[in-house]
Amino acid sequence: MTLFSEAKESAFIAWTALRANKLRAGLTTLGIVIGIVSVTLMGTAITGLNDAFRKSVGNIGADTLYIQRFSWMTSETDWRLSRNRKELTLQNVRDLDRLVTLCSAVSVDSGGNGTVSFGRRQARGVYVAGNDENSLTVRGLSLSQGRWLTAGDVQSGRPVCVLGSYLADRFFPGREAVGGKVKLNDMRLEVVGVLDKQGSAFGNDLDNQIVIPITRFSQDFSRWPDLTITAKVRDLSQVDDAREELRGIMRKLRRVPPDMQDDFAINSQEAIVAFFNAVGGTIAAVGLFISGLSLFVGGIGIMNIMFVSVAERTKEIGIRKAIGAKRRTILVQFLVEAATITLGAGILGILVAWPLTLVVDKFLAASMPWWLVAVALLVSVLTGVVSGFLPAWRAARMDPVDALRAD
Amino acid sequence: MPLIQIHDLTRRYVMGTETVHALRGVTLTIERGEYIAIMGPSGSGKSTLMNLLGCLDSPTSGYYELNGVNVAHMDDNDLAEVRNREIGFVFQSFNLLPRSDSLHNVELPLIYAGIPSAERREQAVRALTNVGLGERMHHRPNELSGGQRQRVAVARALVNDPSIVLADEPTGNLDSRTGEEILGLFEALSRKGNTIIVVTHEEDVAQHARRIIRIRDGLIAADEVNPNPRAAMKFAAGGTSMVAA
Repeated sequence: MTLFSEAKESAFIAWTALRANKLRAGLTTLGIVIGIVSVTLMGTAITGLNDAFRKSVGNIGADTLYIQRFSWMTSETDWRLSRNRKELTLQNVRDLDRLVTLCSAVSVDSGGNGTVSFGRRQARGVYVAGNDENSLTVRGLSLSQGRWLTAGDVQSGRPVCVLGSYLADRFFPGREAVGGKVKLNDMRLEVVGVLDKQGSAFGNDLDNQIVIPITRFSQDFSRWPDLTITAKVRDLSQVDDAREELRGIMRKLRRVPPDMQDDFAINSQEAIVAFFNAVGGTIAAVGLFISGLSLFVGGIGIMNIMFVSVAERTKEIGIRKAIGAKRRTILVQFLVEAATITLGAGILGILVAWPLTLVVDKFLAASMPWWLVAVALLVSVLTGVVSGFLPAWRAARMDPVDALRAD
Repeated sequence: MPLIQIHDLTRRYVMGTETVHALRGVTLTIERGEYIAIMGPSGSGKSTLMNLLGCLDSPTSGYYELNGVNVAHMDDNDLAEVRNREIGFVFQSFNLLPRSDSLHNVELPLIYAGIPSAERREQAVRALTNVGLGERMHHRPNELSGGQRQRVAVARALVNDPSIVLADEPTGNLDSRTGEEILGLFEALSRKGNTIIVVTHEEDVAQHARRIIRIRDGLIAADEVNPNPRAAMKFAAGGTSMVAA
């Protein structure tokens, strides 16, 4: 018997058998439908999460290195060992900028939260950034009005600021913000520029920020600010070399003896990505496992119903064997039947999950890529084959004499 | 070369702690074209013998050569192939697939034989026409009378052109008139050269055969030629006339 006509006959049998037991097939299908829906939704949530993360990380840029006292990814013990590290200083920034060759720019960054007011209007919880003249390029920002901080602003700590687009819109709706005077806590500042709309990264609204010279920042806003030295690598292929160069210079500047470990850390996007991949991978595995459980339960339902189907059709199996059906033929017949049920359920599950994904997408980034659909269908067929195997095997091994004797 | 050669065939079943000797050593030779009745009361072992003849079961010991091939110790799959090629079954309860129409039921052995679909259909249509059911090809078993169902079964048994037609109480579920129709069909087939073995416990049915083998307690009690086989009664719409030559 050729494989094709075997498959065709099996498909025909599966179809007539299912049609004869519509309700039963429907109810059994439900288990798989629920399983496929939950697995698919979990899949869309995970891919959505990944996409959202990648977008956020994209804002950081792979070519930016962050020199800080602490590593972003430290365990508690590491942190206890490193908490007594010396602060980074503004002098470090200047020296680095002078000595480094593999970075196009080095800037300083420090942050806090403050209240910005203009007349009677007030904005609380605004992100306050202490920057220098290089920060515009290094942070990858752009201006919609006015200018960025100049070297002079930074050196002499002039009371000037650059506003995020949200603050500018709020305080100066439809008006020129440049030249306006705002207050940051008790500090009077003149607006010299406005940033373009930036969106958000890691839950921080980048449009709700105010940028002031780092010198003014450490003088009037935060006494001992934790500085981050941000360096833009000239060539993406030389990130590792740049990191080594920065490390060497920093060790020299901070007089770290050769036998001591670094008393600072060079952080990068890579570290976050690695961390996220570790955490995200765990979340995905656990999530898929849990939602996979419902598919498993559905699979047990299929197995159950296939056992019933085999028992009910013992006579039919006997007839087919008497007429010349081999074990393999009977096995394939029931496997195809089980796979037909689960494939139908898979298709139904995707039809249910797709609009649900669109709903979920309103609250949380979620997307259903085509490969997920393909995987879901494959998984549903596989579920049918796996859970149908035992019943089909039992059918295939039946003794024709006994099977014919059944009612 | 005889069609069937059986030597000292035995079959034991173990049921719990008891061993049942269903066949205790049967030796038998059947030639091509014979019309044989195997008779015996229930429990005599005639069903066991039929299952062995039909390659549905394997003997505990002994020798069985069918069409020149020793089939006594074949495995499941090889036996399935032998059944498909050599044997056409006709059962007491028809044993048609209830959800398939006559045509598909008759096509089934050809599907398992791997015959391409166009040829398959042609042969099945011919077999159904030969038993007078050319008009009922797309009826399902529950839309047919008992006699018609048994004729579909006969068509299915013949479609593969097997060496033996093996009928197990073929008239058991039919009224006597329809039963005669089916027996008439067998007679016609026999005249055409088919080998027919009918297993029955009804003397009336057995008397149609040209040779009668009587089984008792797992042994052949008698094996005799029937000097005057009874002819099936002919009916206006009866079976015999429907077998095209």
